[in-house]
Amino acid sequence: MKLTTTLFATAALAVSTGAAISGSHMANEMTIVSWGGAYSNSQQKAYSDPYAAMTGVKIINDESSAEAVAKLRAMEEAGNVTWDVVDVVASDAIRLCDEGLALEINADTQLAAAPDGTPASKDFGDLLVSDCFIPQIVYSTTFGYRTDMVGATPPTSVCDVFDTKKYPGKRALEKRPINNMEWALLCDGVPKDKVYEVLATPAGQEQALAKLDTIKKDVIWWSAGADTPQLLADGEIVMGSTYNGRLFSVIEEQKQPVAMLWDAQVFDLDGWIIPAGLTPERQARALDYVKFATDTQRLADQAKYISYGPARKSSAPLVGKHATLGIEMAPHMPTDPNNAKNTFLYNYEFWADYRDDIDAKFQAWLAK
Amino acid sequence: MTDATHTGPVLAADGRPLKKSLARALRMQKMRALMLIAPLLIFVLITFILPIADMLFRSVENQIVQKTLPETVKELASWDPMSGQAPGEPVYAALARDMKVAVKAKTHTRLGSRLNYELTGASSLFRKSGRAIKKWDLATDAPFKEKFLKIDKKWGDIGFWRMLQIYSPNLTNGYFLNAVDMQKGLDGPEARPENQQIYIKLFKRTLFMSLVITGSCILLGYPVAWILANLPMRTANMLMILVLLPFWTSLLVRTSAWKVMLQQQGVVNDVLVWLGIVGDSSRLVMINNQTGTIIAMTHILLPFMILPLYSVMQTIPPTYLRAAKSLGATNWTAFWRVYFPQSVPGIGAGSILVFILSIGYYITPEIVGGTSGTFISNRIAYHISSSLNWGLAAALGSILLGVVLILYWAYDHIVGIDNVKLGG
Repeated sequence: MKLTTTLFATAALAVSTGAAISGSHMANEMTIVSWGGAYSNSQQKAYSDPYAAMTGVKIINDESSAEAVAKLRAMEEAGNVTWDVVDVVASDAIRLCDEGLALEINADTQLAAAPDGTPASKDFGDLLVSDCFIPQIVYSTTFGYRTDMVGATPPTSVCDVFDTKKYPGKRALEKRPINNMEWALLCDGVPKDKVYEVLATPAGQEQALAKLDTIKKDVIWWSAGADTPQLLADGEIVMGSTYNGRLFSVIEEQKQPVAMLWDAQVFDLDGWIIPAGLTPERQARALDYVKFATDTQRLADQAKYISYGPARKSSAPLVGKHATLGIEMAPHMPTDPNNAKNTFLYNYEFWADYRDDIDAKFQAWLAK
Repeated sequence: MTDATHTGPVLAADGRPLKKSLARALRMQKMRALMLIAPLLIFVLITFILPIADMLFRSVENQIVQKTLPETVKELASWDPMSGQAPGEPVYAALARDMKVAVKAKTHTRLGSRLNYELTGASSLFRKSGRAIKKWDLATDAPFKEKFLKIDKKWGDIGFWRMLQIYSPNLTNGYFLNAVDMQKGLDGPEARPENQQIYIKLFKRTLFMSLVITGSCILLGYPVAWILANLPMRTANMLMILVLLPFWTSLLVRTSAWKVMLQQQGVVNDVLVWLGIVGDSSRLVMINNQTGTIIAMTHILLPFMILPLYSVMQTIPPTYLRAAKSLGATNWTAFWRVYFPQSVPGIGAGSILVFILSIGYYITPEIVGGTSGTFISNRIAYHISSSLNWGLAAALGSILLGVVLILYWAYDHIVGIDNVKLGG
């Protein structure tokens, strides 16, 4: 054990002196971690390519966001953080901040102000859900349904998911309690503003599971965002929940007979964090990138490639047409007034506390 | 009879006893051999054994409470949880001092996430309190009990303090109890509420399904290996490619292919409906359940059964069968009494490989298992990458390792590990 400690210490020393000698102000290479697929693609087109062209920085893309929290924790324990900027959902950003694995950011001094001079903290508003989190997009988890399998009266309410008489066939739900428990309570007659109050009690959790139990035999549980679009395209399910951008791609890009059911969509945020403990050069580079990538124009640019809403208020008017399809993107944004008539906001505080407890019950119920 | 020099030990040329001399020479040889493999040994030790040992140690490690709240833990030791009263001011004063240090080092939220595994709400309690405590002045702001209660009533909750006391020691069996559906109660370990019990069920299911998968691999693999072993070399080599082909295809591709095959709008169901065997409205459910997992995993693990079987069968001379028949045995008797016993070492090797591989399988059950076909490894993966409860994941992993070792030991006793052959 002592030998390895000495070895590690020597190696660390060698690395740090090496870094000190290289001495430039900002690192000229960075690793950006994101989710892969169409989403990473939109980020590369809107942020990374222009940034690389502007600064000449070499950008390495990694697609590990799904395991980002676990990997960052392992990297920190090994004393070797290899990532510079990481794209995570807000709940993961909160946990990374809690664990001391992410850098705290001062929005007003470290992020770009809006073109009209509004400071970043006002421009992002209450989307700055954690001190470490730099919001990027608003996305939603919502339902899509097969237009050719629902008869003459397409579903209009999230409660139609629980109505197997009116809409027979399988449904796809995510294999975790988050969102499903809320929808179940909502459709079991709990008023929207009481949902989390009820869900905090064991009786409320039982109630939600009992409601889900009524459709359990008709549910296919998904764990990857690509599952529901595929199941819809194959006609395996009549409706299913997934991220709104995935449904956009099924409907508009692949022209499948699928439509959106925006009712009771759950808003969630995705954004950047910068790992704690980077060398000063790498940290400066990461901050510089993030400042560029989250300015008003860049966030609006991303919406040309994917139907997720920009997190800045000042970006909304700049959202234009899809880069290749040429259709207006605004009506496809989850934040569009027509789509956002009945919405939830992911309750970060609640799920940070209840996640372990409710997940244990949810998984036990699933295995029954 | 009387010659004394012949009764003493045999001496080597240099006058030393031959036995010692030989032992010395052998020891030298062993040392030299050890030196040769030393680089590999050290490599394996550092990159494989140590990390695994470290991971297993996490299943009992619990230093975070004492490291973050050292003074509170000391003060809390004298508190009697049976008294029905929350601890007194000294504990809260110690807590304030500890928290002040922890908030500065930003370790209080980490402790909150740790304690949240045991008590729902600890996560936000520590986050919230950290923000308030930042503004406190330790010298002038006493007494602290009221101030803590003002932040959140949970600080006065006896259940919370009891939990903190139970999880104060640096080592805990809490993770292991949790891994077998139990928890630390007031009077020692107790069963978890029924609506939270899951792990025992998953362990049983993992073992049962691994056995079924091993069994179906034997049933499917044995005839294939038999044909391969009895064909002329050229043809056998050609067919061997078919066995190996799945090896060269990505695991994810193979698993997804099974999805396309088995789903309700999939190839198999379409063919059955077209043939009129099942009605269009009653298509078979063959995936997202146990059946799907067993089919897909049998296919994926089949080569691990066929290869050892094949190499053992190749060494069985065909003349034995002919001899048995010429002595009057029927085909079946010749096979069962003469051929099969000689192929048992191959079955043993294949079964061990398939069983141990399937017991730790993760990605295939995750994709095609639905809710009834998932394994314990899926929960381990969840706790490693999603809930970050590495202690529980380590405890589940340790138990799985223990189960495999016990089964291996049982196998050694019943069949004998010497009877396992991976090749001629």
